[in-house]
Amino acid sequence: MTFPILSIIVFIPLVAGMLILLFPGERKTEIRVTALAAATFALFLSAWVYAEYLVKGLTGYQFQEYVEWLPALGIGYHVGVDGMSAPLVLLTGVVMFTGVLISWGIEDRPREFFAFLFILASGVFGVFVSLDLFQLFFFYEIAVFPMYLLIAIWGWVKTREYAAMKLTLYLFVGSVVSLVGALAMYWTSGMQTFDMLQLERAGFSAEFQRIWFLPVFLGFAVLGGIWPFHNWSPDGHVAAPTAVSMFHAGVLMKLGAFAALRVGIMLLPEGAKYWSWLIMAFAAIAVVYGAFIAFVQTDFKYMVGFSSVSHMGLVMLGFSTLNQQGLLGSGVQMFSHGVMTALFFAVVGMIYDRAHTREIPELGGMAKVMPFAGIGFIIGGLVSMGMPGFSGFVAEFPIFMGVWKVQPWVAIVASISIVITAAYIMRNIRDVFFRPMPEHLEGHISDINVLDKIAIVLLCLLMVGLGMIPSLMVPMVQSGVDNILRLLGGA
Amino acid sequence: MDFLNTNLLSLILFSPVAAALIIFFLPRDEIKLIRWTALIASLVPFALSIYLWVNFVPDKQGFQFEITYTWYAAIHSSLHLGVDGLSLTMVLLTTLLTPLAILASFTISEKVKAYMMLFLFLETGMLGVFVALDLLIFFVFWEIGLVPMYFLINQWGSANRNYASLKFMIYTMGGSLGLLLATQMLGVAFGTYDLPRLFELWPSAQVLTNIPPWLTVSTIKTIAFWAFVIAFAVKVPLWPFHTWLPDAHTEAPTAGSMILAGVLLKLGAYGFLRLVLPLYPEQAKYFAGALAFLATAAIVFGAFGSYGQTDFKRLVAYSSVNHMGFVVLGIAAAAAASGTTDAHIALNGAILQMFNHGLSAAGMFFLVGVIYERTHTRNLNDFGGLFPLVPVYGGILIFTSMASLGLPGLNGFVSEFLVVRGAWPILTTYTAISMLGLLFTGAYILKGIKQVLHGPLNEHWAHGEHKLTEINTREIIVMAPLMALILVIGVWPAWILDVINKAVIALF
Repeated sequence: MTFPILSIIVFIPLVAGMLILLFPGERKTEIRVTALAAATFALFLSAWVYAEYLVKGLTGYQFQEYVEWLPALGIGYHVGVDGMSAPLVLLTGVVMFTGVLISWGIEDRPREFFAFLFILASGVFGVFVSLDLFQLFFFYEIAVFPMYLLIAIWGWVKTREYAAMKLTLYLFVGSVVSLVGALAMYWTSGMQTFDMLQLERAGFSAEFQRIWFLPVFLGFAVLGGIWPFHNWSPDGHVAAPTAVSMFHAGVLMKLGAFAALRVGIMLLPEGAKYWSWLIMAFAAIAVVYGAFIAFVQTDFKYMVGFSSVSHMGLVMLGFSTLNQQGLLGSGVQMFSHGVMTALFFAVVGMIYDRAHTREIPELGGMAKVMPFAGIGFIIGGLVSMGMPGFSGFVAEFPIFMGVWKVQPWVAIVASISIVITAAYIMRNIRDVFFRPMPEHLEGHISDINVLDKIAIVLLCLLMVGLGMIPSLMVPMVQSGVDNILRLLGGA
Repeated sequence: MDFLNTNLLSLILFSPVAAALIIFFLPRDEIKLIRWTALIASLVPFALSIYLWVNFVPDKQGFQFEITYTWYAAIHSSLHLGVDGLSLTMVLLTTLLTPLAILASFTISEKVKAYMMLFLFLETGMLGVFVALDLLIFFVFWEIGLVPMYFLINQWGSANRNYASLKFMIYTMGGSLGLLLATQMLGVAFGTYDLPRLFELWPSAQVLTNIPPWLTVSTIKTIAFWAFVIAFAVKVPLWPFHTWLPDAHTEAPTAGSMILAGVLLKLGAYGFLRLVLPLYPEQAKYFAGALAFLATAAIVFGAFGSYGQTDFKRLVAYSSVNHMGFVVLGIAAAAAASGTTDAHIALNGAILQMFNHGLSAAGMFFLVGVIYERTHTRNLNDFGGLFPLVPVYGGILIFTSMASLGLPGLNGFVSEFLVVRGAWPILTTYTAISMLGLLFTGAYILKGIKQVLHGPLNEHWAHGEHKLTEINTREIIVMAPLMALILVIGVWPAWILDVINKAVIALF
């Protein structure tokens, strides 16, 4: 039997979470060290998987494990990664590791906090490696549920209950709709299996695919923040504590996009072709509208939240092209945006912890006291505006190329978002970091600690490295895209 | 030597980045060490580009020192570098001006480390545009140069820097949006971004996939042509896209203005020559009149605008609009009658004018900076009669101004004469109006000299703590190479025109 590396990655956080719960609540240092050790181990293993996939130039589903679970219903435990999911596994490892680093100072019940965060992480890892539809839903719900507690307990006092409830309701409704679609696939295929690799070959009729594509795709895409179902996401981002926002925007939204791709597009390719115009319209609106709304925010965190809507719109835009460039760009964008937005929320959190306000007009002069955070935010901002030389460009450029192939007008309209994004990012860098510091903050702001710096450096290196050398990721995403194109019938 | 010859361009291109990384690891407080490291490091690409110039064979057709590295294979873009006579001239200009600008920045004492690193990044960004032979790589470097410039203005600029830097950034990014989209369209249509390939494929393309049926190929080409033109016109800048320039130039730190005027504006003109003319010969010919109109407007309005300023630095800034107008006039003439001798003459003039303006504008901005550092004012009305106080500075200022004015015997005359001589038979009316513009060039330059050096002495600068000090040795060292080249090109332009002319004949 081969080394079950993926299962270990999936269950490390869960086991660590349980272990942490066994500690007495006041032994905070032990809890933190355990959390960091588990996160480091998970990061190491996910980087291993990624590196092995990349260096060996693998294609298709690798590191597969299969165990029968409920054979009567055709449910199995089946995991594996392909070129699309391997970067996302790495992303989860990175966000988990950096999330633990910057949450080191949490004083309010760190035991429960880390435990819930790790259960969430297990769910996320689980979705990315699932090759069984039922199992995918199982992990999906595991990923969504702790979110409610994390926001409602540790969130921003003013809106946490509202935001947590809104988020949970939106996501549960979305997943139920998708689940109905999945059950429809199960019964219609007549294959008595939930295994996605088999369902790919089910040969659903075109009519069936057209009916069920929209519920399945949109149900998952709610978590991807697709317009007009994005409404929960900025509220959720803002109310969540820093590490949870990082997870939420960095990884959870990718979960929605990824599941929409894997279940919606890959299992129902005919439906995807039929409805791609609608997805494209939604995505294009999200891209431009999200950027506009981000532009007018005065709350720093809301600005980042809406920028996520805009950037996830680009992921959906890439999906909707159903061609090589668009899908490739989306694959890279999921990783790039995950790293970037995790960095954004980390920096926003660091500033909020010190200034106790997120109102941009009340902030200023942060670059002097926390130069590291400033440089990190600038690099993130450059990624966000798609500046060449950074990962955002490597992702966005192929997406726009893909859109050109299908609908040049949409590419032209969506490109407006680039300038709007540049405008609000540069304005915020100027206001928050370089404007003279307001008097009431003078002397109250301290520099970030070394753990925060490690987190920022790691995230920045990933973005710059990928931007300079796209072949660190592109070939493997390419292999994942080829597989999707095969299902789409060489389209 | 073999290694050097093969990788020469990538060494020139990336040695500033390497230097910036070295500086990153130097201690922050060792200001002197950082300054000298930056200066010496910036001499490396200069030395290499002199080696490049010497080993370049002007008579050979096509690109030399070509090299290709894999970059983004999935969308068929590779790091393809190469130079011809056109880009070689610009590479030399860039690597020459950067060390001078760094030497000029020795007075910067705040955040020196970040400043020097940004400057070196900026150099790589500019060089990348000049040596790129891949449309996507061209765009990458085109955009990436904005970032260091933004921060140079925003962090080390003067009072209104926030407004100016954001305007610079948004203007240029907005202008480049069309370029980005048109680049993507070309990439999608031909599956390659390699420029030599696109030069063959695109101008003769009759059929394009994926275009809406109600649009013809020539409409698409016209739209794409304007997308390119606007991106470059913003950078040059052509009237009416020039309004970012006076703000950015005025607010930037001295060395930033030197590079902005000396090299960054040339990126726009280079874009016209490298991309617009070869990719869109028909459209360029058809719209040559419009380009000439904009160029003439830039020449005339630039001169008027310059004359109307009371701020010394703004005066010099508007003069750039005026001088770059001649570059575009030459390009428009070449577009209208490509292949003729007149067109070749005009283009020779345009390219030489790019080089010359790089020298004189950088010099002028530096001289403005020299006096600003001593007086902390740029208001022309605050000066007056300073010549007796600072005779050496006065002499240098007059010399450089005369180059800018186009005095025969100095470099500006050679290039402007060539442009006008070449453009006259092709675009007679516009050229005639432009020559009237030259009159105003004389007027504003003399106004600047008069207000600063001549007239009644402003006693404020003559005594006590405000007593004006003479230009120092370091500052003279910055000016010396510029002045030498201004004179050499003015008297004996053949050495550089030979390289330019052969490139022009081969290209157009």
